[in-house]
Amino acid sequence: MPSLKDLKNRIASVKSTRKITKAMQMVAAAKLRRAQDAAEAARPYTERFNAVMGQLAASAGGSDTAPRLLTGTGADQTHLLVVMTAERGLCGGFNANIAKLAKQRADKLVAEGKTVKIITVGKKGRESMRRNYGQYFVDHVDLTEVKRIGYGDASAIAADVLKRFEAGEFDVATIFFSKFNTVISQDPTAQQIVPVKFDAPEEGAGASNLYDYEPGEEALLADLLPRAVATQIFAALLENGASEQGARMSAMDSATRNAGEMIDKLTIEFNRSRQAVITNELIEIISGAEAL
Amino acid sequence: MRFELVSPERRLASVDDARAVRIPGADGDLTAMADHAPTITSLRPGILTVEGPNGEESYAVTGGFAEIGAGVIVLAERARHVDDVTQELFDDWVAEAHRAHSEAPEDGVDSAAKLLADMVAMGGHIGLNSNQANL
Repeated sequence: MPSLKDLKNRIASVKSTRKITKAMQMVAAAKLRRAQDAAEAARPYTERFNAVMGQLAASAGGSDTAPRLLTGTGADQTHLLVVMTAERGLCGGFNANIAKLAKQRADKLVAEGKTVKIITVGKKGRESMRRNYGQYFVDHVDLTEVKRIGYGDASAIAADVLKRFEAGEFDVATIFFSKFNTVISQDPTAQQIVPVKFDAPEEGAGASNLYDYEPGEEALLADLLPRAVATQIFAALLENGASEQGARMSAMDSATRNAGEMIDKLTIEFNRSRQAVITNELIEIISGAEAL
Repeated sequence: MRFELVSPERRLASVDDARAVRIPGADGDLTAMADHAPTITSLRPGILTVEGPNGEESYAVTGGFAEIGAGVIVLAERARHVDDVTQELFDDWVAEAHRAHSEAPEDGVDSAAKLLADMVAMGGHIGLNSNQANL
């Protein structure tokens, strides 16, 4: 049985833990709102861009001279996995879920006899994949210093990926990130970015054929496809940012609640043992008085 | 005619009744007015000007495309109001164009050089000088 002093210390320490998790939850809530705003603000651009690219790809993609970024290399041998996780932990299963999805994909590809290369974005994913997948690592992008994800960060990653593609280092590239649904639900997602895929243009959007393209369709495609890759990476980074804060918020919320429960339990134990001490003392006094 | 200027990070401008939009297209400047033939053109670095009900507004844009249909939607990788383009920012842009030029692969040198020249010319338009203009 722990002494009164021990119990008191434990209650104090759990209380300060609760304060910390509570503060982290509130910080995450504020950051989540900012991250959601950023994702919201980026939406018009991404949606419009993908819609136009979809039309363009549908009308020009069929030809033999279409850019390789759209049609692929024709092979399916080397896969590049870009695993995007957070720089910080304490956000529930957020990092682990993304890493798990990427690991499963890597295992599957290796089992099929494909070559796997991995670029990690964010330190946490790198740490959790290093042990078993370290030999596949080709690069790491550090975003520790980045306070707010900007388009520049995304286009730097895209430029690196594209350079490797030009150099023939891989055939297919896939990004792994977490899609933000709600604060309590984020879906780890794999999305292929090279060859670039667009949602097919909606039915009835046949009017797209009426567009004049300047310069020609293919020159336009060649100019815009690299930007499309950057746009998709940017959108994924923003989703990831919102997911991370959402996951942290709910993880810290349950941590706060757990700490509260623990404090209640410890307080009851503390009161009981204090009462026991008092009762003991009384018994001693009474029996001492009787013995006289 | 509706006009929208959107960058990846936010929507910069949205004008409901623009009269004309002058766009720095990759193949040359063009002015879009109501009932322009539907066109999609990529952008070169340059100044985009909108004539709206409240006078003209100019933006420095680079990278991306303009979609001319019922309205004009410009998606630019980078876009700033000309008043917000500082010498410092402009130097960054030029430095980056320089880097792209020096690292460009054999078959991309021409377009990288053009990009750089356009960037420098854009600076000239808004009264910023580029120290590295001696290309």
